[in-house]
Amino acid sequence: MPSSKEIRGKIRSVQNTRKITKAMEMVAASKMRKAQDRMRASRPYLERAFNIAIHVAQANAEYRHPFLHKRETVKRIGAIVVTTDKGLCGGLNTNVLRLVLSKHKEWTAAGLGVDYVAIGGKGLAFLPRMGGNVVASVVQLGDRPHLDRVVGPVKSLLDRYIAGEVDEVWVFYTSFINTMKQEPRGGRVVPVPMRFQKPSGELVKPESAAGSWDYIYEPDARTLLDGMMRRYIEAIVYQAVAENMGSEQSARMVAMKAATDNAGKIINELQLIYNKTRQAAITKELSEIVGGAAAV
Amino acid sequence: MAATMKVDIVSAEEQIFSGDAEFVVLPGIMGELGIYPRHTPLFTEIKPGAVRMKVPNQEREELVFVMGGYLEVQPHAVTVLADTAIRAKDLDEKAALEAKRAAEEAMQNKTSKEEIAQAEAELATALAQLEAIRKLRHRA
Repeated sequence: MPSSKEIRGKIRSVQNTRKITKAMEMVAASKMRKAQDRMRASRPYLERAFNIAIHVAQANAEYRHPFLHKRETVKRIGAIVVTTDKGLCGGLNTNVLRLVLSKHKEWTAAGLGVDYVAIGGKGLAFLPRMGGNVVASVVQLGDRPHLDRVVGPVKSLLDRYIAGEVDEVWVFYTSFINTMKQEPRGGRVVPVPMRFQKPSGELVKPESAAGSWDYIYEPDARTLLDGMMRRYIEAIVYQAVAENMGSEQSARMVAMKAATDNAGKIINELQLIYNKTRQAAITKELSEIVGGAAAV
Repeated sequence: MAATMKVDIVSAEEQIFSGDAEFVVLPGIMGELGIYPRHTPLFTEIKPGAVRMKVPNQEREELVFVMGGYLEVQPHAVTVLADTAIRAKDLDEKAALEAKRAAEEAMQNKTSKEEIAQAEAELATALAQLEAIRKLRHRA
């Protein structure tokens, strides 16, 4: 039986832990709201960019943009893996990295090489251990995703794509469904699929009917299409990062809530043990006194 | 009441402006553009600078500062896909190299070409902002 002093110390230590997890839960809850707003804010840009890019591509059929052209043989794949920088967010990173690992095995079995771009510290730590070749990374993104932090790693992969070093580009991230539910997702972004996935999962075809009308281009369609395509891909990756951050905060909130509840349970149990030992000690002392008095 | 068109200025990070306007002036890459409603479809790149809009029932023009981007004009809608930061080829290149370097965990000295590009972009931002401020002051 541990002494009552020891148990008191343990209770205090669990109480302190509970204070911390409670605070983290509340911080995550407030950050989550902002992260969700940011997630929604980038939707209109993405949708517009997609529609324009596809329209321009269809209206200028003679110029086949490399990002729209599907390659016959795929030898090497570029994958962007979005994870969080910090832990304590439940199984969020584990789930997305498990998805990456299963895809990695699939690709390797098919004889394909894979180049990884890690966005977020957890992915950067995991990918090399998995045997992945990390060609670019960006970590310490903070609480606010910034597009300019994403531009560099995306460009490095798109340049490889144009140079013919990789034949497809994939993005892996955790998609935000609701506060309680986040799902790991992976999908191809280059060559650009000719459809657009709404947050509800509904697929949208480009709205424009090619040929009926066309833009006036200044200076010319090709230059504009090149720039627009790049921005579209960047916006997709940005959206993935923003969604990942929303998922991170809500996963952390849920994980910390569970931790707080568990701490409460442990405190109750410890309190019970403490009371029992205290009572046992008192009973023992009393019987000793009574026994002593009887002896006299 | 004069004819109006819908104006949306969005960037990947936020919605900057959304509303109706009678007339819009934008800093196009080939020169300043003035757009009235029922303009023919146009697609062009824009430079960092101020977007001015004549909003109905409002004396003063709306002024929005953009960091460059793309402009799509439809007869009844103007959409600006704004960049969130000044983009220059050398700067993008630098960002890509930095990401690579972070992965390789190898330190390299910056080349002067990159520094010049950075300085130029900063200068362009500052100048465009000054211009926007000057226009605002002028009207105040």
